[in-house]
Amino acid sequence: MWNYEKRLQYPVNISQPNPKMAQFIMSQYGGPDGEMGAAMRYLSQRYAMPYDVGKAVLTDIGTEELAHLEIVAAIVHQLTRNLTPEQIEASGFGPYYIDHTTGIWPQAAGGVPFNACEFQSKGDPITDLFEDLAAEQKARSTYDNILRVVKDPEVCDPIRFLREREIVHFQRFGEALRDVQDHLDSRNFYAFNPAFDKTGNHQA
Amino acid sequence: MPVYDQNQLLSIIDQASFAMDDVLLYLDTHPCDKAALNYYQYVRDLRQNAKNNYEANFGPLTVDQVRSDQYWTWVQGRWPWEGRGGASVCGTMKNGCSTR
Repeated sequence: MWNYEKRLQYPVNISQPNPKMAQFIMSQYGGPDGEMGAAMRYLSQRYAMPYDVGKAVLTDIGTEELAHLEIVAAIVHQLTRNLTPEQIEASGFGPYYIDHTTGIWPQAAGGVPFNACEFQSKGDPITDLFEDLAAEQKARSTYDNILRVVKDPEVCDPIRFLREREIVHFQRFGEALRDVQDHLDSRNFYAFNPAFDKTGNHQA
Repeated sequence: MPVYDQNQLLSIIDQASFAMDDVLLYLDTHPCDKAALNYYQYVRDLRQNAKNNYEANFGPLTVDQVRSDQYWTWVQGRWPWEGRGGASVCGTMKNGCSTR
């Protein structure tokens, strides 16, 4: 189960609102490669993982992604404080504001609502871990894109932290994949799905 | 024993907690690594001490650390997404208890 600590994993202190940047950064909240998708993906995949290392990695990285979700929300929240209607209209934030004011709602920068089609939980540990490796790269690329257009150092600072964590997560998923492979026959990793098929030993 | 202020303690908690978050992921895939296990214990203890100190003096960071028997202090204080700036306008219950 989950406990909550009343602090952010990395501090967010933004003194200058900027709704245009908020519109971009909200993709890391509810977008296709954002933190909500990451958390849901890993926390959903862990139930089909047959091996201890994989279960731990998916649980712990999934949990950290929830903490990152909170950081992204804090960034968007602080970027949209104390706005005037003129600022809202001029920034491109208008459509979101009409439906959500300055509330936080999971969608991509382009408006697509967060949905489960943005991740897969295939029930096959090899497949799922490749999905996870790709997910971390997609998140990194998204943060790269954000860093090209955001210049406020108070915003860049937590964004850079989040980007670095994606790279570390990528490394861990690679190690978890290696662990899964170590449980299988190296002559054919695809002989059976250890999460489903009854063939072979299902040892931890 | 040095006396830390609230911000200093939070900074120690943030840093020790992050070190712990990072090493625990490493240990998930390297459960036998003795050096990592030692490092985990070191930062875990640093974090726990700072957290105890903070919670004794400034308020709970987790729901199981409310020390007051007069008031549910969990609801008080800045919430993490508010940062340093920005007003928090109190919109809580108007009748009954007073909130500071």
